[in-house]
Amino acid sequence: MENTLIEIKDLCVNAEDKEILKGINLKINKGEIHVIMGPNGSGKSTTANAILNHPAYKKVSGEILFEGENINDIKTDEIARKGIFMSFQLPEEIPGISVTNFLKYAKNKITGEPVKIFKFKEEVKKYMEELNMNSKNMERSLNVGFSGGEKKKNEILQMLVLNPKLAILDETDSGLDVDAIRTVSKGIEMFKNENNAVLIITHNTKILSSLKVDYVHILVNGKIVKTGTGELAKEIEENGYSEYKN
Amino acid sequence: MKTNLEEINRNIYDFKKKDDYDYKIKKGLNKEIIEEISKQKNDPDWMREIRLNALEVYNSLKLPTWGPDLSELDMSEIATYVRPKSKLNSSWDDVPEEIKDTFDKLGIPDAEKTSLAGVGAQYDSEVVYHSIKEDLIKQGVIYTDMETAVREYPDMVRNHFMKCVPVNDHKFVALHAAVWSGGSFVYVPKGVKVDIPLQSYFRLNSPESGQFEHTLIIVDEGASLHFIEGCSAPKYNKVNLHAGCVELYVKDNAYLRYSTIENWSKNMLNLNTKKAIVGKNAGMDWVSGSFGSKISMLYPMSILNGEGAKTEFTGISFAGAGQNLDNGFKVVHNAKNTSSVVNAKSISKNGGKCTYRSLVRVAENAQNSKCSVSCESLMLDDISISDTIPTADVRTEEVEFSHEAKIGKISDKAIFYLMSRGLSEADAKAMIVRGFASPVSNALPMEYAVEMNNLINLELEGTIG
Repeated sequence: MENTLIEIKDLCVNAEDKEILKGINLKINKGEIHVIMGPNGSGKSTTANAILNHPAYKKVSGEILFEGENINDIKTDEIARKGIFMSFQLPEEIPGISVTNFLKYAKNKITGEPVKIFKFKEEVKKYMEELNMNSKNMERSLNVGFSGGEKKKNEILQMLVLNPKLAILDETDSGLDVDAIRTVSKGIEMFKNENNAVLIITHNTKILSSLKVDYVHILVNGKIVKTGTGELAKEIEENGYSEYKN
Repeated sequence: MKTNLEEINRNIYDFKKKDDYDYKIKKGLNKEIIEEISKQKNDPDWMREIRLNALEVYNSLKLPTWGPDLSELDMSEIATYVRPKSKLNSSWDDVPEEIKDTFDKLGIPDAEKTSLAGVGAQYDSEVVYHSIKEDLIKQGVIYTDMETAVREYPDMVRNHFMKCVPVNDHKFVALHAAVWSGGSFVYVPKGVKVDIPLQSYFRLNSPESGQFEHTLIIVDEGASLHFIEGCSAPKYNKVNLHAGCVELYVKDNAYLRYSTIENWSKNMLNLNTKKAIVGKNAGMDWVSGSFGSKISMLYPMSILNGEGAKTEFTGISFAGAGQNLDNGFKVVHNAKNTSSVVNAKSISKNGGKCTYRSLVRVAENAQNSKCSVSCESLMLDDISISDTIPTADVRTEEVEFSHEAKIGKISDKAIFYLMSRGLSEADAKAMIVRGFASPVSNALPMEYAVEMNNLINLELEGTIG
């Protein structure tokens, strides 16, 4: 039990009065990498946003337990401080706030401790090198004028710096070329350890080839219709979702 | 890294001192009152005549028929001259405790030690403290209060006082000329570069009164200066009036940067006039943060009279509940190859109203000039108002002119994004607003950028429902 990081029980979620999630069950233990796959509109991003308690997604029933605590109605920033991170499908642009200042500020909010500037800079520099990021981006406004790939790498950088217990990557691989996907996988490998977990949301399998995935869940029409190992992803790659629909 | 958000509160600006003065003129505006102010101030005859003439002009002019409604202003309820219980001092130790405490709280003596080459501090109608670094005096720089300038440099004052801003410019300029008191006089001789800023701070403590300081700055040929102006007042239930006047002369090849952080209390009518005459190949940059006041009508103006003259305006207005900030910028291109860049921002919340009102005039003889105007508004809720009223009068074909206006609301998606990184909703909004305002804070010296961000945080407190 103490190994369980997050447990989602019978979760039903509406968006704009439309039923999106129709009873999701999911349990992620420390040290695991889970993948949710599914066709467009199946509720993958809704799952991620519901965990972060996005105000536009209404939980109708069920519960989300994080380290045993119900976080259904906790504010997004508190959830973040408890150790859940989400890499956004479309990261927001914040003009006038540099990446470096943003990271420092967020790190301070997440840890509740003063950021040690020298150590922080060294750490960020190391991560940026690993992620093939241009160090000049640190002084640019957050995500403003970044290419799609730069934005996604910047999300992975934030994940590494903020070091959450659970990282949810919502379509982080979408729209990226092979090299960028490889870099993102590398970031996940750097992050991953026995005490944290990753939930990857995707609709393609490229990112999975270089990662050791523990579980793959197939989400169709608001329900998890099948759970398997990494092999399941390969099966999907060959056959698609058609056998799970209807 | 702790932000200043939690550390400051309104008391920094809102503390009131007892209305304890040496002399307060009776409320109202008439010839006897003007004569009395002139007597109290020991004006030379020529200044007394300027005042009396200005009163006639004031009486002959009507209130503006455009812009915010000023009908609540009743001059018979305003005392136009309040002399504090202090003479002009050159050491803070000599400034009376109550007044010194005010400026301590505002951080003026501290800033003087670390980042300024000279300081002027005005309390109600008179300047109570003035200082300037020794090496600037040796180079011939003059920085003093206006009264001393009238006495000691009468020719220079007479040749420039109300010459850049004519008395009949508008009703509140005429009022200013009739009752002006205090302010700063700066002269930077030819070729002298003043590397460290000078700052004048204006504090209005007395209720139902007005502040009418006059700032006259002459930057002679090839010289340069950065001048900072700050102002604040505690809040009272009845209106206070500020009608200052700033006249700036930037001679050929000279450069002046004029920065203002204005945080008047929200019972203040701020009807201020600022104008610069810019010579050949000279540069005039304005940086302006307008936070306080109930009504503000403030349109700094650059007149580019010399060939190759340049001006840049970077400003932000922030209007909250009950505030109507009608601010903007005016530029006249009056010679060839002149250029102007305007970057104006406004933020409104809780029903506050911001209007950007501007004028660009390009004269027939201003060929090959460039003017680029960008104004951007951010509304923090559905009940706030933002408006843009630009006027362009371009009389030559040979000009590059561009105008861009954007009005937008704070994005819920951006707030969610930042909250997912551990920022509270209030912190997220404050960060977005700080980022929006960053072109202005980046143009300010560090200490003032910090003060401006503090003001933004203050304005945002309590806006989160």
